[in-house]
Amino acid sequence: MSVLPDLRDLYQQIIIEHNRAPRNFRALPGASHTAEGNNPLCGDRITLELQVEDGVIRDIGFQGRGCAISQAAASLMTTAVKGKPVAQADTLFHAFHDMLMSGTDGPADPAVLGKLAAFGGVRAFPARVKCASLPWHTLRAALEQRPKPVTTESPNE
Amino acid sequence: MSRTGLLDTARVRGDFPILAREVRGRRLVYLDNAATTQKPRQVLAAILEYYHTTNANVHRGAYDLAVRATSAYEAARGRVARFVNAWAPEAVVFTRGTTEAINLVAGSYGRAAVRSGDTVVVTALDHHSNLIPWQLLCQAQGATLRMVEVTPDGRIDLSDFGAALERRPKIVAFPYVSNALGTVTPAAQLSRLAHAAGAVVVVDGAQSTPHLRVDVQQLDCDFYALSGHKMLAPMGSGALVAKPALLEAMPPYHGGGEMISRVWDDHATWNQIPHKFEAGTPNVEAAVGLAAAIDYLEAIGLERVAEHEQALARLAIDRLSGIDGVTVYGPADHRAGVVAFNYGDVHPHDLATILDHDGVCVRAGHHCTQPLMRRLNVAATARASFYVYNDVDDIDALAGAVVKAGAIFGQVPA
Repeated sequence: MSVLPDLRDLYQQIIIEHNRAPRNFRALPGASHTAEGNNPLCGDRITLELQVEDGVIRDIGFQGRGCAISQAAASLMTTAVKGKPVAQADTLFHAFHDMLMSGTDGPADPAVLGKLAAFGGVRAFPARVKCASLPWHTLRAALEQRPKPVTTESPNE
Repeated sequence: MSRTGLLDTARVRGDFPILAREVRGRRLVYLDNAATTQKPRQVLAAILEYYHTTNANVHRGAYDLAVRATSAYEAARGRVARFVNAWAPEAVVFTRGTTEAINLVAGSYGRAAVRSGDTVVVTALDHHSNLIPWQLLCQAQGATLRMVEVTPDGRIDLSDFGAALERRPKIVAFPYVSNALGTVTPAAQLSRLAHAAGAVVVVDGAQSTPHLRVDVQQLDCDFYALSGHKMLAPMGSGALVAKPALLEAMPPYHGGGEMISRVWDDHATWNQIPHKFEAGTPNVEAAVGLAAAIDYLEAIGLERVAEHEQALARLAIDRLSGIDGVTVYGPADHRAGVVAFNYGDVHPHDLATILDHDGVCVRAGHHCTQPLMRRLNVAATARASFYVYNDVDDIDALAGAVVKAGAIFGQVPA
């Protein structure tokens, strides 16, 4: 018998709040890096734009629409990586990814993840993991300057 | 009957093993019937019985078992034909479902009849399965695809339908019932108008066949596509129902065994209809299951099925509309048991997750109708859709879970 997942673990206050008032929700004219994320089955869409100078993410903006999880994940991601070196953003990507992919009893390390640890509750809702990971995979595509839109929907969902 | 128009659901529910399951300690409230329906014991038993007693390949064995398998398969064809009042049993071509049936029409009739400069008409109510095959056809043939507009409440705009017919289209395709909104279209009237403009009429019957009495001769369409899995039958069952003269004149769709008459090194002649369109070993189990599902529905009566669903839909609309911030889409009348809605700023996927927590299964998304969603100016909606086993308790669970979502997202008015 598994413990019933609690909706409040998924929809934590910080997630609700960032969904209601997303940070860095804007276009970034003259962006150096950009990528599109698209989960067509879901309808979640994100356009991510970055200004990267000397290996540092000077500015970042996102636009798009989607569920609370994807919108809050994008918003919190932008606040987490803005002003940080690209290498540190990459570390955060891996830490976030490892958290989502670990079982429900795996650690969500607040020391590395900070506020992003709030997404640990998503693990108990496997159908929603793709919503939280979409902005992060889009960030990675932007930094690697991959032109093809990113998706986190796999056929076996 | 607990309320006017409702079936004895306690009895019906007993026929569906899956409904006895619990989800997180709660009863399963299955409200995604427009996507697929659950299967009664009678259908499952018919499939099992077929494999226990009758299984062999059809139309080729000289032995008794193969003859009986062929009889079962052809009896199922006859059952489908009677169910929709088809022109003849050979008017029924078994397919994997509606999608394959429409692709068959586009790939066979369409490729032969539609030329560069011609027009094919679809509507903004259509499911992608009654849109993409026509897009592919028009792109291949250099033809124009004309999409008929919908009214703000989700009905086919009849004046725009008339305007589209002025192009003298070769083919006019539309749904009988909208999967996204539940709109029941005036299919017989649309068919009459399209015929007067010289077009051949293709009706997407995926959502009408399970839910109301269909008579293809009364509709006077040329092609009618249906899916079994949306009407208690197994996945992979379905049919194209077509006027026999059209099927006779059409080139084959898929090549292979079964569909041929004589085969030489470099050419062949074709089998009679409907076998000309059934290449390869058919899904006999699906056909047998579909016939059993039709028997089950006919024992209730399609008129009572329709009445039951409409009563539930009215109740659901009533309950949901009573929640401040809920928007219900679709027409006030002429609708089947489908209720599409949104709740304030709560994204439908979040709504579906919260509902699922209470064991309530609804669909959230674009419902394979992106052109329609664009016109409604929404990215997605939540959708509850009903069938013979749903009852008032299911509507209560739905409304209760929606209120809970409002509390989590701060939608509840202060």
